Amino acid sequence: MTRTPLLQVEHLTMRFGGLIAVNDISFTAYDREITAIIGPNGAGKTTVFNCLTGFYNAPVGRLRLTGARGEFLLERMDGFRIAQKGGVARTFQNIRLFPQMTVLENLIIAQHNTLMRASGYTAAGLFGLKSYRDAEREAVELARSWLDRLGLTAQADWEAGNLPYGSQRRLEIARAMCTKPVLLCLDEPAAGLNPRESGELRELLTEIRDRRRIGVLLIEHDMSVVMGISDHIVVLDYGRLIADGTPAEVRSDPAVIRAYLGEEDTDQIPPEVARNLRQGGRV
Amino acid sequence: MDVRALLKDAGLAAFVAFMLALPMIGFQTVDFSGGVGITVVTRFGDVAISVVLVFVGRLALSLLQYPSWRPPLLMASVVVVVGLPLLKTQAHYPVITWLAVIASAVIAVRSAWLHFDVSGVVGRDENNRMGDAAAFIGRWFGPVFVLFAVIFPFLPTTSRYLLDLGILVLTYVMLGWGLNVVVGLAGLLDLGYVAFYAVGAYSYAIIARDFGLTFWACLPLAGLFAAFFGVILGFPVLRLRGDYLAIVTLGFGEIIRIVLLNWASFSGGPNGISSIPRPSFLGMPFHPNPPEGVTSFHQFFNIDFSAEHRIVFLYYLILILALVTNSFTLRIRKLPIGRAWEALREDEIACRALGINPTNTKLTAFAIGAMFAGFAGAFFATRQGFISPESFSFIESAVILAIVVLGGMGSQIGVVLAAVLLIGVPEFFRELAQFRMLAFGAAMVGIMIWRPRGLLAHRDPSIRLSDAAGAGR
Repeated sequence: MTRTPLLQVEHLTMRFGGLIAVNDISFTAYDREITAIIGPNGAGKTTVFNCLTGFYNAPVGRLRLTGARGEFLLERMDGFRIAQKGGVARTFQNIRLFPQMTVLENLIIAQHNTLMRASGYTAAGLFGLKSYRDAEREAVELARSWLDRLGLTAQADWEAGNLPYGSQRRLEIARAMCTKPVLLCLDEPAAGLNPRESGELRELLTEIRDRRRIGVLLIEHDMSVVMGISDHIVVLDYGRLIADGTPAEVRSDPAVIRAYLGEEDTDQIPPEVARNLRQGGRV
Repeated sequence: MDVRALLKDAGLAAFVAFMLALPMIGFQTVDFSGGVGITVVTRFGDVAISVVLVFVGRLALSLLQYPSWRPPLLMASVVVVVGLPLLKTQAHYPVITWLAVIASAVIAVRSAWLHFDVSGVVGRDENNRMGDAAAFIGRWFGPVFVLFAVIFPFLPTTSRYLLDLGILVLTYVMLGWGLNVVVGLAGLLDLGYVAFYAVGAYSYAIIARDFGLTFWACLPLAGLFAAFFGVILGFPVLRLRGDYLAIVTLGFGEIIRIVLLNWASFSGGPNGISSIPRPSFLGMPFHPNPPEGVTSFHQFFNIDFSAEHRIVFLYYLILILALVTNSFTLRIRKLPIGRAWEALREDEIACRALGINPTNTKLTAFAIGAMFAGFAGAFFATRQGFISPESFSFIESAVILAIVVLGGMGSQIGVVLAAVLLIGVPEFFRELAQFRMLAFGAAMVGIMIWRPRGLLAHRDPSIRLSDAAGAGR
């Protein structure tokens, strides 16, 4: 299978005052692959995401997205346009659902731009034209297919904030998918999930990659998720890129082990920790 | 819960009430009959009444938490049997007697409610129940309210005074519904809403004065101008939220008022604009002797002239305007733009990540909220026939905002209840004379303690999976 580059990050640099959060990072995420970004806390993973999705304007670097919707230079676009035009959807480290709106409404809002066009920017919707009603029905069908997939159909009319934590995580992913993205960015989707839930998450993510045929960018600390499903891993430490390769390559990279376990005594890693790391446990 | 602790608690409250009542109620300064100097009159009887009322009220409040229903009911009956005759002897303030009766009834009903409720758990559970009650009221009482509002002018008990009060309340209902778009749906705290009301009123007054257009031609223009000003205000405050937004909108409201006050050649300054044309019914004026060639309302319908026709007409005009505002808001809530407003209120960052344009979304909320204020302003101008900057002070914004917050943010029927409560009820407190605002304030505090999220804080989903399945509506 030939790999199609989806997102090319070139020399991305982001400074906050004197702190260089992301320092000259270049990597490529491919279409229909799961690319994981890992690294110790404070390595700059979320900063990379925020630059990508337009929450920060990176002063240096190029973010070239070559998706089904065309080619975009994300560093030049406003935050909402990256999602609207480019088709980059994201989730957040701390869940950002619309807690007082229902589960279904959360999924419908994700289709805002499609529905806005269908409602003739409100005018047609106000008079209840058929074209808008059809568009709304389609939006509900898309939402329903996700609810069925997540097993949340019975809770469709619940307030999203009342869902259990694990369901909220999955709902946020479904909401991002409802924007019909070309690139899905997930910021620690397994945080706070129990082993069974993170197993379900792995299934969901591989399904999104294989069946929806889009690229996934993943920040994650849970090594069982990262090692189990990633096609490609990028490792950051102190804002620099220290490794880039397949899970097997990254796992045995001395620089990565050093970053996770400290500089000294690298040959003295406790055997159970090393085994854990190789087998993909949580570090 | 032992009796001694209850009594001690109530005693403490009574002591605080005593300390407050002694200077505030106990002494009154009155002019000498000749008008030279003042003298002090003591009213210790009233102080005693207030202290006893606070003691009993505090005791009743504590008893409401009591797991059994018998003591509160006993308490309520004691108040009615013993308290009322005593209060009757103090005939200064009949309102207090009424309050005591209402409070006792509430306590009795509440205790009965607790008794019949199996779980007896008060708290989160109860919030849901209140939500259901709000939904119920919204669904069934809404049409009843509308029906009542429609037949209100023809009820035998309706006097000219009550009709005027009805117009006033409906004006505030409309303003509340308009502000509900901005504050309740989009979550943008706007403290300068009255500015758009002023823009609407002055647009109508000035266009009618200088260009001679009729009310019906000016109404959309007034809405348009107000919406335009809404967008103008919207631009600088796009990046602000919460407190900061409130401060800027407050400033904007004051700017409009002060410009109107000082730009005398344009707005007439503090003298305002007078003899604003009155509205006509399909081109037929309400006038006893219309000019040549014009048929007036009473001539057309071949009835005797009555000044009340115009009042009734104004009443229906504001009723229709308010109902249009309501149905527009209800409809737009179910459209993508309305959902985007609510999403923006919940989480702006998530909205941007979903590709929702926050600028356009906020500006439309400001513009549509302002447009309704503009309509209401034009109505206000034509009803009063005279406007001046005094009518558009900050306190008006505060009252409209209070209506929205008190009603429960985003709740349409809540706005109606709150407007009746805030505008109508103070009229009934007139018997209390100088304590009117005190009673009003106490009622507000009470409501906010009793229902911190507003009278009818209930959000109806804009779409349900079950409904959406078939009709898509």
